[in-house]
Amino acid sequence: MAYSEKVIDHYQNPKNVGTLDKAKTNVGTGLVGAPECGDVMRLQIEVDETTGLIKDAKFKTFGCGSAIASSSLATEWLKGKTVDQALTIDNMDIVEELNLPPVKIHCSVLAEDAIKAAINDYRVKNGMEELVLDEKKH
Amino acid sequence: MSVKLPIYLDNNATTPCDPRVVEEMIPYFTEKFGNAASRSHAFGWVAEEAVDYAREQVAKLINASSKEIIFTSGATEADNLALKGVFEMYSSKGNHIITCTTEHKAVLDACKHIEKLGGEVTYLQVQPDGLVDLNELEKAITDKTILISIMYGNNEIGVVQPIREISAIAKKHGVLFFTDATQAVGKIPVDVEADGIDLMAFSAHKMYGPKGVGALYVRRKNPRVKVTAQMDGGGHERGMRSGTMNVPGIVGFGKACEICMNEMEAEATRLSVMRDRLEQGLLELEEAYVNGNIEHRLPHVANISFKYVEGEGLMMGFNKNIALSSGSACTSASLEPSYVLKALGLGDDLAHSSLRFGLGRFTTDEQIDYTIDAIKETVLKLREMSPLWEMYKEGIDLDAIEWAHH
Repeated sequence: MAYSEKVIDHYQNPKNVGTLDKAKTNVGTGLVGAPECGDVMRLQIEVDETTGLIKDAKFKTFGCGSAIASSSLATEWLKGKTVDQALTIDNMDIVEELNLPPVKIHCSVLAEDAIKAAINDYRVKNGMEELVLDEKKH
Repeated sequence: MSVKLPIYLDNNATTPCDPRVVEEMIPYFTEKFGNAASRSHAFGWVAEEAVDYAREQVAKLINASSKEIIFTSGATEADNLALKGVFEMYSSKGNHIITCTTEHKAVLDACKHIEKLGGEVTYLQVQPDGLVDLNELEKAITDKTILISIMYGNNEIGVVQPIREISAIAKKHGVLFFTDATQAVGKIPVDVEADGIDLMAFSAHKMYGPKGVGALYVRRKNPRVKVTAQMDGGGHERGMRSGTMNVPGIVGFGKACEICMNEMEAEATRLSVMRDRLEQGLLELEEAYVNGNIEHRLPHVANISFKYVEGEGLMMGFNKNIALSSGSACTSASLEPSYVLKALGLGDDLAHSSLRFGLGRFTTDEQIDYTIDAIKETVLKLREMSPLWEMYKEGIDLDAIEWAHH
């Protein structure tokens, strides 16, 4: 299968690989996927408590090139958004941006799930209600 | 770097044609184009003579008689012909076939077809090293058993089954023994007499011959074995396989066998030294494991799992320059990781993390050096990116985590 140039670029030069301190109250961590399925994504956001903006986002992903690219792109998009804005990131935006073929759509779904899981972790830590998320089909 | 790229290390999928093979074949496309079944003119005689000669070359490599060679379109057809042909021919004797879970799909799917026709099939589990348990095999035999079908060398892990022990068990119980030897013939000595094989499938394109041609060996003496044809037509190949002979393909197959006969021993030694060096180089990485038995193994094959990185993601790091295959689900349409690796009892995570290396006649030392470096570099890079690697390094038990399956 041929990968799109954008997938290859993210794979070769992934943005925001790393780890934030998950003990901090302004850091939300989402860990989604399963090793048996061949994809695990961990996505973290760090929220600026005065502005409410996501000031940093990091990921680590076990998976194929498209999974790595989807999470790398997600961290790029998260930075500078408010938490509520971040919730509007849709997996199909990732599909479109990276030209993912149909068999790789689940990688984008996983990235969206990771964003939402990180936001939920942040909300719960900060005394907000956990969002009930629609299950998308992987 | 003087190494010629891309590097081909997927010789279990197919091999390039040896130029000496191509040279033999060429006249049979043009001036010697006759139909080997045309008995009435010189064009047919020339073609028939070429087929007869190739049949001798093929038979000689496996210590058979040329009359025992049935040419087919490849190993898949030969597998189908052996299994379905025996099932049909020996239906009055019984309907039970014994095989194992790591067989090639051509065998497994033919067995499933036979089950639909009323046959009974036992799929033996293999041991964690990929070898069949001989006691289990013998225990599975019933008075309805007509055939044991166990492959010679495995296409994914290279494990070589105890063929002589299996054939002895089959003989003791009066059961026929068929082996899919597609990966073994031309790579290691295969001798149908010494090995006690009754039927055997193999293919030209795995041994530097052309695609589209293979053979089924069918024993003629002690016992005389027959298979019911699965394709009706002109009654070619002693009535067992109708269809106009693929003369250029068969000529190429014959030449490929002759070359293997002469060069196999030296080639096997050369490849096993190279394979071992590749393996040792890659096993310098932490958490890298060889899959399958390493003693009873084809000389040119290695299957290695690199824990905490995913196979397809791993291949993406170098697949512009190195051609390999992975047991990862993502490389196949099925979204399931390799059933062979799973049959060894490997967790899905290790199956997803595997690479299969198939060295070949044209593999060089420089290519092996390049491959070791490229794969090590990619594994290290991806582990830096892997949340599982980070957790492993922190001492977190990944099996204790409740993963959200999707």
